Amino acid sequence: MSFLRRRKPPENQKPTHPQPEPELEEEDNKKKELTPNKKIPKKAEERVKWSCLDNCCWFVGCVCTVWWGLLFLYNAMPASIPQFVSEAITGPWPDPPGVKLHKEGLKAKHPVVFVPGIVTGGLELWEGHQCAEGLFRKRLWGGTFGEVYKRPLCWVEHMSLNNETGLDPPGIRVRPVPGLVAADYFVPGYFVWAVLIANLARIGYEEKTMHMAAYDWRISFQNTEVRDQTLSRIKSNIELMVATNGGKKAVVVPHSMGALYFLHFMKWVEAPAPMGGGGGPDWCAKHIKAVMNIGGPFLGVPKSVSGLFSAEARDIAVARAIAPGALDKDLFHIQTLQYIMKMTRTWDSTMSMIPKGGDTIWGGLDWSPEEGYRPSKRKKHRSNAADCSADNENVSTESKARNIVNYGRIISFGKDVAEAHSSEIKKIDFRDAVKGSNTANNTCRDVWTEYHDMGLVGIKAVAEYKVYTAGEVVDLLNFVAPKMMARGNAHFSYGIADDLDDPKYAHYKYWSNPLETKLPNAPEMEIYSMYGVGIPTERAYVYRQSPSSECYIPFQIDTSADEDDKDKCLKDGVFTVDGDETVPALSAGYMCAKGWRGKTRFNPSGIKTYVREYDHAPPSNLLLEGRGTESGAHVDIMGNFALIEDIIRVAAGATGEELGGDQVYSDIFKWSEKIKLPL
Amino acid sequence: MASILRFRKLCILVPVKCSPVSYESHDAPEAEKKEDSPISAVEQVSEKPQVKKNKRQPKQWRCIDKCCWIIGYICTTWWLILFSFNCLTANLPGLKVPEPPGARLRREGLTALHPVVLVPGIVTGGLELWEGKPCSEGLFRKRLWGGNFAEIFKRPLCLLEHLSLDNETGLDPPGIRVRAVAGLVAADYFAPGYFVWANLIENLAKIGYEGKNMYMAAYDWRLSFQNTEIRDQTLSILKSQIELMYLTNGRKKVVVVPHSMGVIYFLHFLKWVEAPPPMGGGGGPDWCNKHVKAIMNIGPAFLGVPKAVGSLLSAESKDVAFLRAMAPGLFSSKTLGLQTLEHAMRVGRTWDSVISLLPKGGETIWGNLDWSPEEGHVCDSLKKRQLQASASDDKGNNSDSRRAFHVKELTKYGRIVSFGKNASELPSSQFSPLVFKVVSGSSTNSASVSCGKVWTEYNEMSHDSIRRVAENKAYTAETVMDLLRLVAPKLMQRAEAQFSHGIAEDLDDPKYNHYKYWSNPLETKLPNAPDMEIYCLYGAGLPTERSYVYKLTPSDRCKSIPFQIDGSADGSNSCLKGGVYFGDGDESVPVISGGFMCAKGWRGRTRFNPSGIATYIREYHHKAPTSLLEGRGLESGSHVAIMGNVAFIEDVLRVAAGASGAGLGGDKVYSDIMRMSERIDIRL
Repeated sequence: MSFLRRRKPPENQKPTHPQPEPELEEEDNKKKELTPNKKIPKKAEERVKWSCLDNCCWFVGCVCTVWWGLLFLYNAMPASIPQFVSEAITGPWPDPPGVKLHKEGLKAKHPVVFVPGIVTGGLELWEGHQCAEGLFRKRLWGGTFGEVYKRPLCWVEHMSLNNETGLDPPGIRVRPVPGLVAADYFVPGYFVWAVLIANLARIGYEEKTMHMAAYDWRISFQNTEVRDQTLSRIKSNIELMVATNGGKKAVVVPHSMGALYFLHFMKWVEAPAPMGGGGGPDWCAKHIKAVMNIGGPFLGVPKSVSGLFSAEARDIAVARAIAPGALDKDLFHIQTLQYIMKMTRTWDSTMSMIPKGGDTIWGGLDWSPEEGYRPSKRKKHRSNAADCSADNENVSTESKARNIVNYGRIISFGKDVAEAHSSEIKKIDFRDAVKGSNTANNTCRDVWTEYHDMGLVGIKAVAEYKVYTAGEVVDLLNFVAPKMMARGNAHFSYGIADDLDDPKYAHYKYWSNPLETKLPNAPEMEIYSMYGVGIPTERAYVYRQSPSSECYIPFQIDTSADEDDKDKCLKDGVFTVDGDETVPALSAGYMCAKGWRGKTRFNPSGIKTYVREYDHAPPSNLLLEGRGTESGAHVDIMGNFALIEDIIRVAAGATGEELGGDQVYSDIFKWSEKIKLPL
Repeated sequence: MASILRFRKLCILVPVKCSPVSYESHDAPEAEKKEDSPISAVEQVSEKPQVKKNKRQPKQWRCIDKCCWIIGYICTTWWLILFSFNCLTANLPGLKVPEPPGARLRREGLTALHPVVLVPGIVTGGLELWEGKPCSEGLFRKRLWGGNFAEIFKRPLCLLEHLSLDNETGLDPPGIRVRAVAGLVAADYFAPGYFVWANLIENLAKIGYEGKNMYMAAYDWRLSFQNTEIRDQTLSILKSQIELMYLTNGRKKVVVVPHSMGVIYFLHFLKWVEAPPPMGGGGGPDWCNKHVKAIMNIGPAFLGVPKAVGSLLSAESKDVAFLRAMAPGLFSSKTLGLQTLEHAMRVGRTWDSVISLLPKGGETIWGNLDWSPEEGHVCDSLKKRQLQASASDDKGNNSDSRRAFHVKELTKYGRIVSFGKNASELPSSQFSPLVFKVVSGSSTNSASVSCGKVWTEYNEMSHDSIRRVAENKAYTAETVMDLLRLVAPKLMQRAEAQFSHGIAEDLDDPKYNHYKYWSNPLETKLPNAPDMEIYCLYGAGLPTERSYVYKLTPSDRCKSIPFQIDGSADGSNSCLKGGVYFGDGDESVPVISGGFMCAKGWRGRTRFNPSGIATYIREYHHKAPTSLLEGRGLESGSHVAIMGNVAFIEDVLRVAAGASGAGLGGDKVYSDIMRMSERIDIRL
């Protein structure tokens, strides 16, 4: 009955014209004789209420109807309309490279293997705790990230690994998603490999000739084999694809950390059985035609330092860009960063990207290979130059002497320290500092990072050392996070080998460091370094101690440190240099530009190397082009038409020479010259 | 219940509500007039806003508003219900789902031991687009088959074009590449919410299985088996995956779980992998013994299914089956302008794999005009036994009385296709011998031009020959092949290069090395693998299509399928219903096809099983789900829903964790399979 009442006309009609009312009542009574008389007085009250509720319903209904209407129109609209509109605005689109090359007559030839990088691969749940019920085989990482919002703590618990072993915590099994879907899209609409896959399909590739070597990017490389037999799986799949494609060797396309992972694989596969894959010394020569590294951080990325040090880097990056709310401080009561840090510090793989090669590569207190880098020099031909642009070339050459940026100081405490001459810096060694026990420890509940073991003395000691170069950064991390680094040091190494024939280098922890391994004996193989340039990339940081509180990360990037002189590229406490936004050009290009060029001790068989740089150009039209077809950014480069074209050509049989050899925009060769590394 | 109540209220309300409003809106100006005159100026000022409101409000609540209101109301309640449902189900004790078998067995201490390979059947595997015609733009790597089938409704003709194969080669048509979806997602759910393998996968995961020791051997189920290797190298991939899993799991042999057509696909694989390279996989003669621990065939269609005949002859069988159940609109003749069935037939006939499901073994297995192994099967008793719900051992006692009663009207299952109900019951002496004279009548059939794009091979047949086909009245499993050859010569020519349906006289004849015999258990020897075990796991207790009563289609305008099942043919004996004779089985596969090989053909050392591989029959008696909450039932025996059967899952898990067939308890039989097998007179 109450429904009946609600539908009736608005209440304020009643006093003005009583005539219709009785009729209505009669009708009502006729229909429902059961209606007791006493309900009539009640009516007045109820009427006051209903209009609001009614309005709500009406509103909801309206919104729904309109929404459905639009949805219907959208679905009914022929698919070609957006394209038609955009072509009307910007002129005809260029053919996607796959179509273009298909017209040229290129056909699928070599099987292609993709090796995704860190973060971009999906992870799904196979076994979990109570709180993760109903998530079986649902994506925890990648996809919509819906669960992060719904049950954040549960999610963090499941994404973390065991602190001691770096493997699964008891009762939790999170595994990589297999197949091409693992990393074609990171989240809906944010492509990673999808564009490349679509273009390869145009010239005839399909599932049997393309393989996504998905692996659990959280654990150390050797552990992927120990736990999941991922390396064996890749080996078997490459062998299978080579066999079923008439003996055509595979073209491997690793991205980001995948480049290191595949380097590890190449050593693993030829190593004898207990530790390696037992493929024999000519496995790579027999099965691999080319390794086309996209944005490979061969020598590590400075970002990972800040990530490990204060969980602040923009590396986990994509995630932050996509889901800013996830890192938003309010979500976990101001402890988000601590949770993130606690979680990421259980991930061994992040340690694979700590800068390698120490001061020799990354520069010491007073020099760095990139010194004298002027974004303006390179950028002048571009009207829409990136952040670090300045027009006064002359000034810069004059001021060069006094204004050299000390990129070598990867971490400095305070802006003045970052700029001071090395002789002016007083350093107090932190390595022997006694770590005080922190009594506030237990108030931090389960948010526990190793900082709580350090105590104030340790923290002070760290800050007083003032400046850390790449070599010292490793020591620093060993100091602030001894347990994590103990785990990491068992799997990775960051040095430079003096004698590569030393039998100790047969250990797997050296396999992913290009400076401590020889490339396999495969003279016919080709190695490409393909990366974007023209985007300011994090290279060194200015830190400060954070205002103390109970549960805190004691250091943070000093975002107030800015430089007026744009040429110095200091912004928000970060010194930037040329690169693809994540990996500095030096890290991605050095090995191919110099370390492996020709017959060197790192490349005894003289594998050919090519550097292919892609200059960044932001999309001209945000709405229609999406993330651009000429982007040079770390992930967006996978949609760069020029890069896709290169890959397709190689997959269809071309060699590096036929592509045109090196293609360089940055000063990578000049910088490489400055690095004094015996080859 | 709530939703129904709500609905009723709305229905009552609409008329009541509409009338007063319209009435009032008419009335509104009058009211204003009345008010205007007697009220003083001062009062008027204060009154005015109210008057305006009066004016506006009645106008607002017009019919559109009502609609909006109703929609809004429904939406809101729907969300509320959904919300409370989401909140409650986890907590309500009454709604607790019974503990899955995986969790129980895990507590018993079972853990993952042998790697598991899942081989999906026909229809259930997803297919995705890799290259298509312009009409399929935007569907790259989207599922054309499986998933939500949204595209079929949006652009049906385009989709059908892409799902068809080339009529001549049975491979891709030019410019179209549709490929099987890879990985576990290929067939875990057929459509959202309709599980196929998902339940089994989840339970396997409970005892420790994951991606590295579980593999879904997805293949393009439209192709003939050997073509999957030629086009996609699917068999090679399967071989390599099994070898890989064997090596990476500590040299533990794999347990293979094929379903439906996957069973004969895997049979083909077993022969392929040991055959020498050009035609086979070159694994050597002991590959199976070395790599395969057990084959647990689910709902095996070893000897084919009669349904396949119906679907080939008139596209009418229920096989392509739950498709029809899932998307009834698809076949309702209106969507595609009255020609749905023809379209379906045209597409279906390009799929070679359907041919692999035609009944094998001819009259020896399926019975002839007068005889069939199932004869004496009592359809009513199915229900009776269902009620008893016990694995009754007193079959013997009952059957005597039953036999006496039913002797008069033995169902002649042997006549797989008969034209007219009479023909299905007549004694055989009244039939004239079968003589097919193909009168190629493309010229006589002038109507074919007007039929547009829908082309089936029936258009090339003259009315005469169609009539003659019908005059022959009844066909057995053997003559049905002749019938198909007559009505679809091209199809059969293509398909018979890939499949064979006979019984081998001499298995050592070198001709049996050809791959077309590999998927027929009656024309191949099992591999030499004495340590292997073969299980036949299938549901029983459901009426299953066994033979058909056909009639000529009355009109022949554009209805180019000249035959259809005579839906009016109902028998006094409940075995005949809607033109279909039912036997025992799992709704798709008759018991005889599912169980005969394990019950007799391979039992012990026979010529089909020279190394004496152990075989086990595990039947699961069908029980309908007791409540809606159980979904498709925890004890279902039907062809696909059996994958959620608790007893079945437990068996698979136990074997995967290391148990042997004897450890499971050996045979478990509810149907008459043993007796039926006895009746089949085949040299072993």
